[in-house]
Amino acid sequence: MEPTNPVVDYLRMDRIPHIWCPGCGLGTVVNCFVRAIHSCGIERDLISVVSGIGCTGRMAGYLRLDSFHTTHGRPIPFATGLKLANPKLKVIVCSGDGDLFSIGGNHFIHAARRNTDMTVICVNNFTYGMTGGQVTPTTPIEAVASTTPYGNSEEPFNLPHLAESAGAVYVARWTTFHVRQAIKAMKEAVQKSGFSFVEIISPCPTLYGRRNKLGDGLEMMRAFKEKSKVKNGADTREVGLDFKGDIICGKFINRERTTFLERYNTRMAARLGAAYKPYEGVL
Amino acid sequence: MSESKKSNGPRGKVTINSELCKGCGFCIEFCPADVLDFSNTFNAKGYHPPRAARPENCTGCDLCGIYCPDFAIFGVLIKAVA
Ligand SMILES: Cc1ncc(C[n+]2csc(CCOP(=O)(O)OP(=O)(O)O)c2C)c(N)n1
Ligand code: SF4
Ligand code: SF4
Ligand code: SF4
Ligand SMILES: [Mg+2]
Repeated sequence: MEPTNPVVDYLRMDRIPHIWCPGCGLGTVVNCFVRAIHSCGIERDLISVVSGIGCTGRMAGYLRLDSFHTTHGRPIPFATGLKLANPKLKVIVCSGDGDLFSIGGNHFIHAARRNTDMTVICVNNFTYGMTGGQVTPTTPIEAVASTTPYGNSEEPFNLPHLAESAGAVYVARWTTFHVRQAIKAMKEAVQKSGFSFVEIISPCPTLYGRRNKLGDGLEMMRAFKEKSKVKNGADTREVGLDFKGDIICGKFINRERTTFLERYNTRMAARLGAAYKPYEGVL
Repeated sequence: MSESKKSNGPRGKVTINSELCKGCGFCIEFCPADVLDFSNTFNAKGYHPPRAARPENCTGCDLCGIYCPDFAIFGVLIKAVA
C-alpha cells in the first residue's frame, strides 16, 4: 500500500492547494500544529480551532477539525464563549500578529488576565499579510511596510513579555525553522490548564521579506536559523525583537494559576454554600 | 552518512506529490540526509519540484514533510534501525 502524508487526515483536502504564497511559513505551522494535536491524543470531537481574519486566519478553514473563522480580531472572544459553554473542549486560537495584537489586543490581555483555559498560537510575520503588508504592533523599528515607506518608527510589542505580564501561564517562542521544538511547545501549551501562548515567527516573503530585501522564504528561514538563540527560561523583558537582530527562542514561562472557571466556582460556592452547583457548562 | 547506515540500505522512503509543490526549497535545504535536489522538470504551475536524488540515504525522519508548506512531500520509516 502506498504511504499517505500523515497531515492529510487533518486537512480538508477539497480546499487544497491553499492560497498561501510559495515560501510562506503558514503551511509549515499547520504541519507542526497537526503533529502536536495528534501527539496529544485528544478525542477529535473535543478540539476546536478558532481563527480571526488574515492569511493566518485561513488556518481554521483548512483543518478537518471543528473550526471557526471569526471576524477580524475576535477569535479570543469567540473562543472564550465556546470554552465557557462547553468547558470540556480544548479551545485553540490560531491567528496573526495583526489580528491578535492590533484590533484584537484588548481581548488578548483580558483572556490572559482572567486565565481563561485556552491556547493562543500567534503566527508573527511582522505584517498584515493579507491586506498588502501594512505595519502591525510587532513590526520592528526600521522595517519597511506599505504604511511606513521610510521605515517603522514605533516601538513594537514584545509578545512573550506582554503575555507574561498579562497573566499567561505558559509562554514560548519558536520560528518556522524550529519545527520539532514548535511541535513540542504547541503540545505542552494545549495540555496546559489555563491561558497558554506560543509565538511562531514565520516568513511572509511576499509582503514583508521582499519590501525589506530579506530574500525569498528559504532565505528568511536561513536567517531564522542563523539569528536564533535558544534561551529556555529567559527573562521575557529581554526577548524583544529588533530588525535583523537575534531571535531569542525557547520556553520562557511555565507556571500555575487558578483558571477563570475554577475561581468562579470557588467564589460562588464560598458565597452561596451548598446551594451552589459548580458550573460545568450549558451542554 | 556513516558507512554502517548505507550498508543497511534505505531506512526510509520519501514520497513527492509534484503537482502540489511551489518550489520553495525548504525540503531540499533542511533534509538532514541530503536526499533531495530540484528536478529539471516543471509541474503544471511552473515550479521545479524536488526529486529524490539519493534515496538510499533517506532515514524516513519526515522533516521534509514537516517543513513543506504545501503538503507536497513526506517521509516514512520502512525499516527499523538495526
Ligand atoms: C474589521 C476589519 N478591519 C480590517 C480588515 C482588513 N484586514 C483583513 S486581514 C487584516 C490583517 C491581518 O494581519 P495578520 O493578523 O497579521 O494576518 P496575516 O495576514 O499577516 O497572516 C486586516 C487589517 C477586516 N477584514 N476587518
Ligand atoms: S502574503 Fe505573506 S503571509 Fe500571506 S500567504 Fe503570502 S507570504 Fe504568506
Ligand atoms: S518544501 Fe514542498 S513546496 Fe517546497 S520545494 Fe519541497 S516539496 Fe516543493
Ligand atoms: S524523510 Fe528525512 S531523510 Fe528522507 S527525504 Fe525527508 S527529510 Fe530527507
Ligand atoms: Mg501578520
